[in-house]
Amino acid sequence: MTEVAFLLNGAPVRVPVTDPTQTVLDWLREARGLTGTKEGCNEGDCGACTVMVTGPDGTPQALNACILFLPQIHGRALRTVEGVGTDAAPHPVQRAMVEHHGSQCGFCTPGFVMSMVTAHATGARDHDDQLAGNLCRCTGYAPILRAAEAAADAPVPDWVAQDRAALATLEAQATDLHMPESADALAALLDAHPDATLIAGATDVGLWVTKGMASLDPVIFLSRIADLRGVSVTDTEIRIGATTTLAALRRAIAPLHPSFAELIRRYGSEQVRNAATVGGNIANGSPIGDSPPALIALGATLHLRRGDARRALPLEAFFLEYGKQDLAPGEFVEAVSVPRQRDRLRCYKISKRFDQDISAVCGCFNITVTDGMVTAARIAFGGMAGTPKRAASVESALTGQPWSEASIDAAAQAFAQDFTPLDDMRASARYRLESARNLLRRYWFEDQGTRVSVLEVAP
Amino acid sequence: MNLHKPTPPAASLNTPLPHDAAALHVAGSARYVDDIPTPAGTLHLCFGLSEHAHGRIDALALDAVRAAPGVVAVLTAADLPFANDVSPSVHDEPLLAEGTVHYAGQPLFLVVADSHHAARRAARAATARITPLPAILSIDDALAADARFEDGPRIWTRGDPDTAIAAAPHVIEGAIEIGGQEHFYLEGQAALALPQEGGDMVVHASSQHPTEIQHKVADALGVPMHAVRVEVRRMGGGFGGKESQGNALAVACAVAARATGRPCKMRYDRDDDFIITGKRHDFRIAYRAGVDGDGRIRGVTFTQYARCGWAQDLSLPVADRAMLHADNAYFLPAVRIESHRLRTNTQSATAFRGFGGPQGMLGVERLMDHIAHALGRDPLDVRRANYYRAAAAPARTGPGTAQRFGGPHSPARADSAPQTTPYGMEVEDFILHDMTDALARSSDYAARRARVAEWNAANPVIKRGIALTPVKFGISFTLTHLNQAGALVHVYQDGSVHLNHGGTEMGQGLFQKVAQVAADAFGVDPARVRITATDTGKVPNTSATAASSGADLNGMAVRAACDTIMDRLRAMLAEAHQSTPDAVRCAGGRFTVGTESYSFEEVVSRAYLSRISLSATGYYRTPKLSWDRLRGHGRPFYYFAYGAACSEVVIDTLTGENRILRADILHDTGTSLNPALDIGQIEGGYVQGAGWLTMEELVWDDRGRLRTHAPSTYKIPAASDRPAVFNVALWNQPNPEATIGKSKAVGEPPLMHGISALLALSDAVAACGDGSRYPALDAPATPERILAAVARQRGAP
Repeated sequence: MTEVAFLLNGAPVRVPVTDPTQTVLDWLREARGLTGTKEGCNEGDCGACTVMVTGPDGTPQALNACILFLPQIHGRALRTVEGVGTDAAPHPVQRAMVEHHGSQCGFCTPGFVMSMVTAHATGARDHDDQLAGNLCRCTGYAPILRAAEAAADAPVPDWVAQDRAALATLEAQATDLHMPESADALAALLDAHPDATLIAGATDVGLWVTKGMASLDPVIFLSRIADLRGVSVTDTEIRIGATTTLAALRRAIAPLHPSFAELIRRYGSEQVRNAATVGGNIANGSPIGDSPPALIALGATLHLRRGDARRALPLEAFFLEYGKQDLAPGEFVEAVSVPRQRDRLRCYKISKRFDQDISAVCGCFNITVTDGMVTAARIAFGGMAGTPKRAASVESALTGQPWSEASIDAAAQAFAQDFTPLDDMRASARYRLESARNLLRRYWFEDQGTRVSVLEVAP
Repeated sequence: MNLHKPTPPAASLNTPLPHDAAALHVAGSARYVDDIPTPAGTLHLCFGLSEHAHGRIDALALDAVRAAPGVVAVLTAADLPFANDVSPSVHDEPLLAEGTVHYAGQPLFLVVADSHHAARRAARAATARITPLPAILSIDDALAADARFEDGPRIWTRGDPDTAIAAAPHVIEGAIEIGGQEHFYLEGQAALALPQEGGDMVVHASSQHPTEIQHKVADALGVPMHAVRVEVRRMGGGFGGKESQGNALAVACAVAARATGRPCKMRYDRDDDFIITGKRHDFRIAYRAGVDGDGRIRGVTFTQYARCGWAQDLSLPVADRAMLHADNAYFLPAVRIESHRLRTNTQSATAFRGFGGPQGMLGVERLMDHIAHALGRDPLDVRRANYYRAAAAPARTGPGTAQRFGGPHSPARADSAPQTTPYGMEVEDFILHDMTDALARSSDYAARRARVAEWNAANPVIKRGIALTPVKFGISFTLTHLNQAGALVHVYQDGSVHLNHGGTEMGQGLFQKVAQVAADAFGVDPARVRITATDTGKVPNTSATAASSGADLNGMAVRAACDTIMDRLRAMLAEAHQSTPDAVRCAGGRFTVGTESYSFEEVVSRAYLSRISLSATGYYRTPKLSWDRLRGHGRPFYYFAYGAACSEVVIDTLTGENRILRADILHDTGTSLNPALDIGQIEGGYVQGAGWLTMEELVWDDRGRLRTHAPSTYKIPAASDRPAVFNVALWNQPNPEATIGKSKAVGEPPLMHGISALLALSDAVAACGDGSRYPALDAPATPERILAAVARQRGAP
């Protein structure tokens, strides 16, 4: 049977799927008349369509319904703004939003409420980050943040636990859709359908549908594969499964490479990080994805699989040219691994807005200094070429040199040999090259203990 | 009659009640156009767009569009039976292009299909054969081609500025580029047309201007206005972007509904919304000023160049308002303001919160900053030195006030008479001296400026900057006849009140404020007052909800209607008690006459039984206005709204990255009708204004195509971009003019507090140099522009 099953505001529903790329947003609004969830941008950037989804692990997550396909919530619990409170008993964040004047035009409000309800359920208190994926054009955010703080200590409504309990008994068997449950099953399926589009979080593929109006067929959903997900840390390596979300990677990497975690904090938004996967961020080959430069700087190895055949290659070798990756038909990303090492990584993301913006330049530096000499340097950039790319000339200009301002100045000249960036709407080529040079200087300054981040300046 | 102590109703005016729809907003049950349940068979629309900025349409191949799944009809200009016109001004804006395309994004044809997605998909199947023509894209292109609206620049002059500049000890000269701004209302443009019997049409629109929608739809259908009724319950944000830009969708829906006989709905996908609709005008403003040693201006010229886009839309009044705010808070003794309204092959720039005022104001604020830098003075001192003279104390006794032989006994000192603006209006109510002092104190401006300097001396990479800037914003439509409003108030037998007025609710809280006005007039709890959708069938001939005028105009119209009903009630009680209406007292929700006291409900019930009408219309027109637009002379504004803001920022001199650390704002809303809503407008206005001048960058390519057409590429401020410390206070002194509750308009003025953020960034950039070179930071001050400005401070060419 081609239908998916999930909990809608607490009640089990079974929904026939005729188009596996129908979005949850369209289904809610058009099939169910639940118009509280709004379409603001249809590309996952404004958060007006935010819904709460609880998966088998019981952790509620905020997701953008506009780029969430119905099969992705198979076996999960979906909550919309209509299902979090009543007139008589509003959710604490709904009450606080009224009391603190957190709505003006009201159109973004349901999305904010859902992000806040989700954060409230998980106990998250980093409100600015929790709400970075929700845009408001009226309030200037101040009253919304006041509301989030005011509601934080209120008890979590019972329905959150009830959803968790109900999920255990929800019947969500395999469907006729391509939704493999293991890496082996995926390998077999993709071997049989090498032209299939793989959909993990749909934060990129979603736009092919909503903006490119693409009809994708066949599609394979990866959300139910358990053994491609997760980060394992041994004494020698960190291995990151392909469908590990950026949110999960951020948690896992924070104690090891905090600057990478801080980069991920600014990657997309809560809604996007909960959906987007490391494998997707690599496999789509974007020159402006933020995780490849950091991984390359850490010396990552990419693990590919086709059928039962596996191969490994340095991550930077995977990116051949703009839009072209070293990926054979039927082959998929299984994992990416990086060697354990002393943390010398610094990741610098330059964009017009700090949160939820695509990088104009993303520079990641991993420079080893021993006894005052540079003994190793791995430097990788996004936004500077058609692919994520190492600054090989800069690396060699630094290696073997004394760790000094003079060496930095000399090596900075080598950026022009490594990169010929483009002008686009995010930045000019000139700015990209100049800021790339300056990011090397920033690394130096930071290493000397000089203050270099405007984010760390107190009012 | 019972005489027990009446329960006083909840206070109505000056009370921080929540937005009337707040509970609906948070529950997701507030309805926007796209949420209205539609009848079976409703069709959905999408425009096919030009990819060329300028060109001749040779052929539109639409067979593939017609054949696409779900398509019911495809319309071109030739299929429109009546007016092909959605312009709010001079009929130069066809709904669908005829013969020539004038910008990349112009609608060429209209797809009517059975779903939103089918319409969007089909629209892409068209092939348009267009022969490109030379496109005028930039201000310089337009100047070179002399492409402009009106025959030449508008020029207003007072005195002889050139001579005054030549005679001054110092001459300051420069120019600033000011980028445009996308409205980014969270709810995109949308309309729904429902055909009625007899050829009538009902239109639901997300519009600030229902009457104009009614007018354009009537013209497009070839029917009188009485055959079209337009309803607007609310918008998900407007900011000026729904003053005229919704016309196209409403007219398209109405025309398609007429053609198919079925309801038609249209909403723009976000990218289409960016690409099709107009934005804030980008400007270049060149200035030349002669100043004395204190930085006081002796003569000044401003040349304003506005990039208006392809059609006139509202560009003339926008450019006028930029001229009207070229002075901001400063007395300019000799001045020439020259305004060029340039025609380009880009989206037709339109109304946006402030309506040209912000750009004009930024010109003179940049000049103040430049003067201070050149003279090595604190910019706040230069600003104060140039402020208009303070409003005369309201005292009615003392020297200079006595009359003798019909004239002043001892004439007032010349320096206490109001000074006049460049357009000849007396600035009678200037309160910025006191407000500036108060804000400088509360924000600890002087000490913080010193601490910023200490920080900058100690930190090589990260620099701080601070700026305190004032706002003086003129309140009234400059097209004088628009300053009128109507209302319709019903009191039902149970004492509940239902009213309509001509204003539209876009989030600003207008309905709540007006409900408070009515509650105050009747002495009832505001919860007893219900305002329903703005409806051209209830209140006719309305002006756009624009120019910050919503509460001023509609509040007074509602008050007038309420007073009419109250007068009838008083007269009734007076007659019943052999008294006079003046002797009927209304307080605390009770009517008292002699020893008797009645509740509102009792009086209303009695009035119904006594056959007294409980329904009334109200009407208001703003007094004192007289304005000659072409001469640039008169009193275009009823009064001014004031405010001041102090921003502190930090920049990274390696990358240009920046943040606002703290903002302190003191703003004048007269006696606030609702302090909570007013503070909401101020906080939101500041962040929107700061966004305009910092991160919000519109980028067109060399073929005139907008490259920033979605929130992935066009960045409005996010939550963490609000200042970490954000102090907003109301001045809360009554408006000297007789406005509703002595309040002042608040919609637009706070946006201009964002100017303080830009000038604080400029201050931080200046800290990278030796003082010999002015940073001349253009807007928006993106990291890239800041880094380039830092490089100039450090000697780059």
